[in-house]
Amino acid sequence: MKFNNLFRFSVLFRFLLISSLLILLLLISSSVFGQDKPVVSDTLNYDSIITASKPLPPVDIQVKDEPGDAGGAINISWKPSPDEKNGKVKEYLILRSKSKSGPFKEAGNTTVGVTSYTDNKADIGVGFYYKVASLNFDKENGNYLWKSMGESEIYGPVKSTAQWFNVKRLNIFIGIIILCAAIIYFIFAAKSGKSFYIRKIAGIEEVENAVGRATEMGRAIYYIPGINDMDDVQTLASMTILGRVATFAAENDTRIDVPVSRSLVMVTAKEMVREAYSKVGRPDSFHEDQVRYITDDQFGYAAAIDGLFVREKPATIFMIGAFFAESLIIAETGNSIGAIQIAGTAMPAQLPFFVAACDYTLIGEELFAASAYLSREPKLLGSLKGQDFGKAVFLIAIIIGVILESFGIPFSKYFMAH
Amino acid sequence: MKREIPVAITFIVGTAYLIAYFIPHKPFNYFENWFNDWFAVIAAFAIWLGVLNLIKISTIKIFQKKPDWPYSVLIIISFVIIVFFGFYEGYKGLYAHPSYSFRDPGTSFDWLYVNVYTPLSATMFALLAFFVASASYRAFRARNFEATLLLLAAFFVMLGRVPVGDILTSWLPHQYQLSQWANWIMNVPNTAGQRAIMIGIALGLVSTSLRIILGLERSYLGND
Repeated sequence: MKFNNLFRFSVLFRFLLISSLLILLLLISSSVFGQDKPVVSDTLNYDSIITASKPLPPVDIQVKDEPGDAGGAINISWKPSPDEKNGKVKEYLILRSKSKSGPFKEAGNTTVGVTSYTDNKADIGVGFYYKVASLNFDKENGNYLWKSMGESEIYGPVKSTAQWFNVKRLNIFIGIIILCAAIIYFIFAAKSGKSFYIRKIAGIEEVENAVGRATEMGRAIYYIPGINDMDDVQTLASMTILGRVATFAAENDTRIDVPVSRSLVMVTAKEMVREAYSKVGRPDSFHEDQVRYITDDQFGYAAAIDGLFVREKPATIFMIGAFFAESLIIAETGNSIGAIQIAGTAMPAQLPFFVAACDYTLIGEELFAASAYLSREPKLLGSLKGQDFGKAVFLIAIIIGVILESFGIPFSKYFMAH
Repeated sequence: MKREIPVAITFIVGTAYLIAYFIPHKPFNYFENWFNDWFAVIAAFAIWLGVLNLIKISTIKIFQKKPDWPYSVLIIISFVIIVFFGFYEGYKGLYAHPSYSFRDPGTSFDWLYVNVYTPLSATMFALLAFFVASASYRAFRARNFEATLLLLAAFFVMLGRVPVGDILTSWLPHQYQLSQWANWIMNVPNTAGQRAIMIGIALGLVSTSLRIILGLERSYLGND
């Protein structure tokens, strides 16, 4: 009985083994010898296909120099070929030549649905002729089985030239002129003694109290200026705020530590803090190690700051500047040690993290207003008033835009887009 | 002169940058690249200031046995090791056939980068998940009207972003299902708020830049 079972099992096993070997052999032979070859009938008449599938060329072609550039670009636009609806157009080809008689070479191509192309390889001052062709084809394994082309008439010659004004930025230019004029007007008005009402910003109002808290507790203040270099306006704004904060700290004889992640920021911050201590008559209270370089690496910097917070337990932390993913890592650690935290950044993605983890947050424009606000200098406060005027202009423009759009007048949309 | 020269340089470079934004013609179209190159060169030289500062402060801390001085020993050792292997592999690669860079896979520098630096960086980044959880817990406590609004918005967005949200509301027409609520919150109130912040930031940037270019704001030069 036992032997019979063993025998049956052995037969079954051999059957399975042989059949699987056979299947494997079949698979290998089909993959080696039976490569997928294009099944093309020898009797297929490609000429008849090409003739029947030839698409009509695109219409209303316009060729002109790209406006507002440094030269070297020509813009070609067209309306779709009537055959696009029939599915007879797969691509549009842009053909270019220096001579009207040709030869025309391919300058570029676009997919169906796209109706413009910018030729960025046009030499400045050289006249070029263009044709746009509708292309129909059939491909197999990346190779054309056949292709059929409907070419437009020849357009040109068109020369590319360098422009003296980028008309595409006209809207920005007008906006900047209005804003700058308003800021300069309010600065001069402030200089002439006119006083302005500036709304209170809680985060900035609290700076002095936060410094005072550190003094009372006998602990240090930490100032983190973000991880961008001095070429970022946020870092520049942060440096000016550091100057004010360091002055408050020096007046109270409280230590302020500034660990930085960029060498140039270190040099500037050191100068700012040293100056603050000198200004209040305490140059000896400043120590070189108060402003120190940590690392350029984002998470290395965050790890070092976290370590410093946990070991030294500062009473007050300022995080003002450009922050990225490290913002919450630093802010949550500061929160866990019970420090009062004032943050400020113009990085919209990091603002929610700071709002959640810090006591006060300078949101966007408040960061840029802070230095002027803290200085209380009339001319700087005047610039804040100019900024507010700009905001009012934007508000009015938005309201006008909404009304015009609601009545189907696309002027504002056109102005903003061009 | 200590003040006037930097202010003059700032004015010239700032104005040139502004003009170059609107005039694409030569030589204005080269300004951005020129200034960026200058900044890169200055920053490259300045890195030594940072490195020397790091070594100086760490060394002083070790010799004076200040609190937490063992961490400074670690900094010096790590610095020396990575610099040594960087230079060693760079030198070796320069005379090898074919030559290779110290950062190429298989070098000891690359080994340190992959097996020491990358895991350490990833660990710090991974901490973010826990910090997000603790910060969300605090932010979403319904203490007042605004916080309750935040909590509700977050509830609908989170539920609408996962399949279970639509399953729970599958009995409703498609446009009223939770995923559509989440999309509406993200596309309408959230985008409106973000754009308002962006407009404020843009105005603040222009105002600050103008103050700096005109020399009204010069406290960053250390001379208030």
